[in-house]
Amino acid sequence: MEKLLELDNLHVSFQTYGGEVKAVRGVSLSLDKGESLAIVGESGSGKSVTSKAVMRLLPNKIGSIKEGAIRFQGKDLAKASEREMEKIRGAEISMIFQDPMTSLNPTMTIGKQIMEGLRKHQNMSKSEAKERSINLLKLVGIPNPELRVDEYPHQFSGGMRQRVVIAIALACNPKVLIADEPTTALDVTIQAQILDLMRDLQDKTGTAIILITHDLGVVANLAQRVAVMYGGMIVETGTVDEIFYKPKHPYTWGLLASMPKLNADSKELLAIPGTPPDLMNPPKGCPFAARCPYAMEVCLDHMPEATNVSSSHKAACWLLDERAPKVEPPEAAVVGGAR
Amino acid sequence: MLRYITKRVFAMFLTLLIIATITFFLMKLLPGSPFNNQEKLTESQRYALNEKYGLNDPVPVQYINYLGKLAQGDLGYTFQFDGRTVNSMIANGMGPSATVGFEALLFGTLVGLILGIAAALKHNSFIDYGAMVMAVFGIAIPSFVFAGLLQYYVGVKLGWLPVAFWNGPEYHIMPAFSLSVGVIATVARFMRTEMLEILGTDYILMARSKGISKQAVIIKHCVRNSMIPIITILGPMAIGLITGSLVIENIFAIPGIGEQFVKSINLNDYPVIMGTTLFYSFLIIVIILVVDILYGIIDPRIRVAGGKS
Repeated sequence: MEKLLELDNLHVSFQTYGGEVKAVRGVSLSLDKGESLAIVGESGSGKSVTSKAVMRLLPNKIGSIKEGAIRFQGKDLAKASEREMEKIRGAEISMIFQDPMTSLNPTMTIGKQIMEGLRKHQNMSKSEAKERSINLLKLVGIPNPELRVDEYPHQFSGGMRQRVVIAIALACNPKVLIADEPTTALDVTIQAQILDLMRDLQDKTGTAIILITHDLGVVANLAQRVAVMYGGMIVETGTVDEIFYKPKHPYTWGLLASMPKLNADSKELLAIPGTPPDLMNPPKGCPFAARCPYAMEVCLDHMPEATNVSSSHKAACWLLDERAPKVEPPEAAVVGGAR
Repeated sequence: MLRYITKRVFAMFLTLLIIATITFFLMKLLPGSPFNNQEKLTESQRYALNEKYGLNDPVPVQYINYLGKLAQGDLGYTFQFDGRTVNSMIANGMGPSATVGFEALLFGTLVGLILGIAAALKHNSFIDYGAMVMAVFGIAIPSFVFAGLLQYYVGVKLGWLPVAFWNGPEYHIMPAFSLSVGVIATVARFMRTEMLEILGTDYILMARSKGISKQAVIIKHCVRNSMIPIITILGPMAIGLITGSLVIENIFAIPGIGEQFVKSINLNDYPVIMGTTLFYSFLIIVIILVVDILYGIIDPRIRVAGGKS
């Protein structure tokens, strides 16, 4: 079956005063209709850049797609014109941003902000668009939508604003929704509500979701498949169960180990020592080698190929090579293992 | 809100009273007297004139008399012409003064906005640097320097525009342009800074992600929001225009209030000095008050800020 969205060996670079920063270095991903895929990784791993590249919203002049293709329904978005992208943005692929406090225009009523996309993509009249906006607000669980549609963003709380942002993103029934850390800026209780809402809406609309996050709790809640990114590359992909229960890459182990657990004996939070690689001069070998407790000589000089663990599970690590020593994940990285 | 405005209006009258007092006594310190330099007058004629205008009374009595009339809105009679009231002189001068001021404000704001937007959209380009160098010159060089240069080159050398006076639309161009230079520069700089900041915000990215064209995003989201601080600096700018017009009206011999003001000082025309000073003070105080009230109305975020938390 044809994939809805396919990234093929995507390279994205930024031109800075210090030189070229290779933020994304050969990412290949695919997304099926109605599927939800999480991209996980720490700050600077290239996950947000990947999503902005799909929307072609990289900062002008500085950021550019160097190589690779973004195939969406058979069309290569990496080569699409700005005009073609305007027809896709909002209508076919839309996006939710991290901070709802800043992603709404403070001087425009939220109704107008929802209507903008509807009027552009679906040629609705003002009254039709307004009616649809009210329905959307109702759909995302905002009480009294008839009144609130004429209010300004500052009259909404953070969680309510994120609901509005979701309503804007879903206005034209997009096929793909990219959620860039949708709950990071919210209170924990609100986070759960927003995640519930997103899952609920996905059931109703069948929209495929790309969830970008560094929070593995969010991943477990919402995603079916996970891609772990590090140093501008995907180091491991698999289903949620495979990533949580049978992780193969030491970086994934580190991520899982650093997840705070309620039942842990130790009061200390575990962290992965070291810092992410300098993407201006990316390492020749595995980007994680410098921080990896299991690193071998080969890791420093040669980038490991992605190895198939199962039909849905891939990891790029030399430990999976048959000549490598057998290593077990540390106890802290075993989900539920401490129980 | 109503209480705030009442308080401000009360303070406004108090300010005017203080200004009237200071101006009155400073004016009395000016050397000479209104009828001294008219040599054709005999001593008795001069005495009669002084008597007619109440100038023989002790200064404190003159002050009380003036305030009494002022309270009734009567600014007195000018010494320059027989039987002409200061009120009518201000009313006559208002036309040209307001016209030049308004033209300068409108032209300056428009050109400033265009320059600022262009500079921000072509950030770090030739257009950006050019506009900002011009803005620095516009702020640094006073309007009367431009007025003099324009008069010499455009008026005298090229002969394209009349050098002075006020007889039709072509007479407006040079004074209004000289006055607007400062406005252009200020608006351009503010607009550029604000545009650059807003272009980098999340809500611009969000608007783009809705599939709206770049032009529409810039006009509907960016330019609109960037104009909020421009509206708030319009008050101080209008005041700058008023003070600038004092000089400009004289340079171009425009029969406005500014010209009356400067002339009245040279002639020791006490009622006109007082009248024009108070008129300008009143105008400036009202502008400040209106801008303060507008702050809250323009920006919906400020509007309810008082009600929340």
